[in-house]
Amino acid sequence: MAVKPEEFNFAKSDQFHTAMIPGKFARAMRTCKIWQFIRFVIINLKMIIVVSKSH
Amino acid sequence: MARLVVLGGGVAGHTAATFAADWLGKEHEVVVVTPNSKWNWIPSNIWVGVGGMTKEDVTFDLAPVYEKAGITYKQAKAVSLNPEGNGTTDKSFVTIEYTGQGKAGQSEEVTFDYLINATGPKLNFAATPGLGDANGLGEFTVSVCTADHADHAAHELTKIMDKMRKGERQKILIGTGHGMCTCQGAAFEYIFNVEHEIRKAGLRDMADIQWISNESFMGDFGMGGLHMKVGGYVVSSRIFTESLFAERGVNYITGAHVNKVEKGKVTYELLDGTTGEETFDFSMLIPPFAGVGLKAYNKAGEDITDTVFAPNGFMKVDADYTPKPYAEWKASDWPRTYQNPTFKNMFAAGIAFAPPHIISKPMKSPNGTVINPTPPRTGMPSGIMGKAVAHSVCDLIKKGPSAHLHEASMAEMGAACVASAGKGWLDGQAAAMTVYPVVPDFEKYPGTGRDTDYTFGEIGLAGHWIKHILHYLFIYKAKLKPFWKVIPE
Ligand SMILES: Cc1cc2nc3c(=O)[nH]c(=O)nc-3n(C[C@H](O)[C@H](O)[C@H](O)COP(=O)(O)OP(=O)(O)OC[C@H]3O[C@@H](n4cnc5c(N)ncnc54)[C@H](O)[C@@H]3O)c2cc1C
Repeated sequence: MAVKPEEFNFAKSDQFHTAMIPGKFARAMRTCKIWQFIRFVIINLKMIIVVSKSH
Repeated sequence: MARLVVLGGGVAGHTAATFAADWLGKEHEVVVVTPNSKWNWIPSNIWVGVGGMTKEDVTFDLAPVYEKAGITYKQAKAVSLNPEGNGTTDKSFVTIEYTGQGKAGQSEEVTFDYLINATGPKLNFAATPGLGDANGLGEFTVSVCTADHADHAAHELTKIMDKMRKGERQKILIGTGHGMCTCQGAAFEYIFNVEHEIRKAGLRDMADIQWISNESFMGDFGMGGLHMKVGGYVVSSRIFTESLFAERGVNYITGAHVNKVEKGKVTYELLDGTTGEETFDFSMLIPPFAGVGLKAYNKAGEDITDTVFAPNGFMKVDADYTPKPYAEWKASDWPRTYQNPTFKNMFAAGIAFAPPHIISKPMKSPNGTVINPTPPRTGMPSGIMGKAVAHSVCDLIKKGPSAHLHEASMAEMGAACVASAGKGWLDGQAAAMTVYPVVPDFEKYPGTGRDTDYTFGEIGLAGHWIKHILHYLFIYKAKLKPFWKVIPE
């Protein structure tokens, strides 16, 4: 069976072997325009709160 | 009429000068002394360094902006301070040396009632043999610290990508060029942007990409790392950072003091005392930062640089500089008003102030080599400090010497930081992070030193959109376009 892309790097080094590597779904969501638009709104709100607490 | 002199037209100085000019109006004078003719939005230098933006996209001319704001602009560098005046005058003054405006090389004494030192860092390439010298960057590595450096880096990157296209495998080394560097975030952004561009060009198989850093663990970032809420867990930045590197197949060396750079090779010492070598075809190593080397003299002309500045060249402010062990460090050691303790009419903001100590755990190799990051003072805290200090000076001028000073402690403010991991409106990514507070306060937040309700991080396209929008927003603000004052620092 072919190695899944997210599993390919695990074997490359001891450093990578113990790391958390995102799978296909997590990677797709990172550039999914609709999901990222929702995240854009949420991250902005979170940042505005931190910015306002800091001034 | 009072005169405020601001040294440095970067993030902290430009913020301080523009707000002060607005608040003081025409009754008082604001002077900016800064050696460059252009303002640079430094965070976007990363994109210039991979050819995604041009130098012109990240800079603009300061003169018309200062003219519009009614600020007296001297394109010069400050050389020394005489807070008590000298044998002929009791008035405080700063000696400057022009770098432009047709007066290059000429000196002038500029008197002041109040002074804000916002001269940022000296890029201390000379600290590591081969990384550079007193004149700046050396010939073996590149840098993204200035727009010119980044432009040069992009050209060098193009050359190695051409070699890859011809079938020549290339080794890329990116990180910190000394055991006491700060600004790991910039190197982190650059390595991922380089990886992104190489992957986009279909050349990823032809490049070995290696990270080298003075952090004792991945994700320390000079802040002792941070814990953030991700997917319901409280996670160390180490896990987050190692994941990003493993996902992209980028190997890493941590706890490294690069002690020599040669053509195509660096040598380094690790925290365990062992030494090593790494070869490269292309390398971007961040230099350590120091103060810009201002001198100070008393009325009698005696050198009082040690009174005004810390040994690293940064200006002493209202921090607690008493040497003490790590276990006794407190949030309250950090300055609140940034006023010089000896000369109350002088303040420092941004990178120019001397921190009381580092934030990360101090580390030494068995050979006694100090290998630990120095504290970052990123854009948002630098801007907030600049504004707070400007506010204090304006109140001192308008309300008199007993006016309340405004406070902006890094142990009480948060920072929003967006670290680019690749540019592109549709395929870009960035890690959007907030930390609250920047300097951990273990008395207030005994678990992680920070409030995990306000400390978070995630990577994705949304982060890139924010980073790209901030590029336009901050340049808009710095140009003092309509409503610039409502855009937060
Ligand atoms: C490549 C890179 C990427 C970065 N990315 C981010 C990011 O994404 N987010 C973030 O928050 N921060 C980022 N930072 C950090 C951010 O740029 C700094 O925190 C910020 O610029 C500090 O502001 P400052 O005013 O103290 O110094 P600077 O902005 O460096 O300004 C100092 C000014 O003083 C002038 N000066 C120097 N010597 C003298 C002298 N003798 N007399 C008078 N003037 C002098 C300089 O020319 C300059 O104009 C990045 C830094 C780098 C290098």
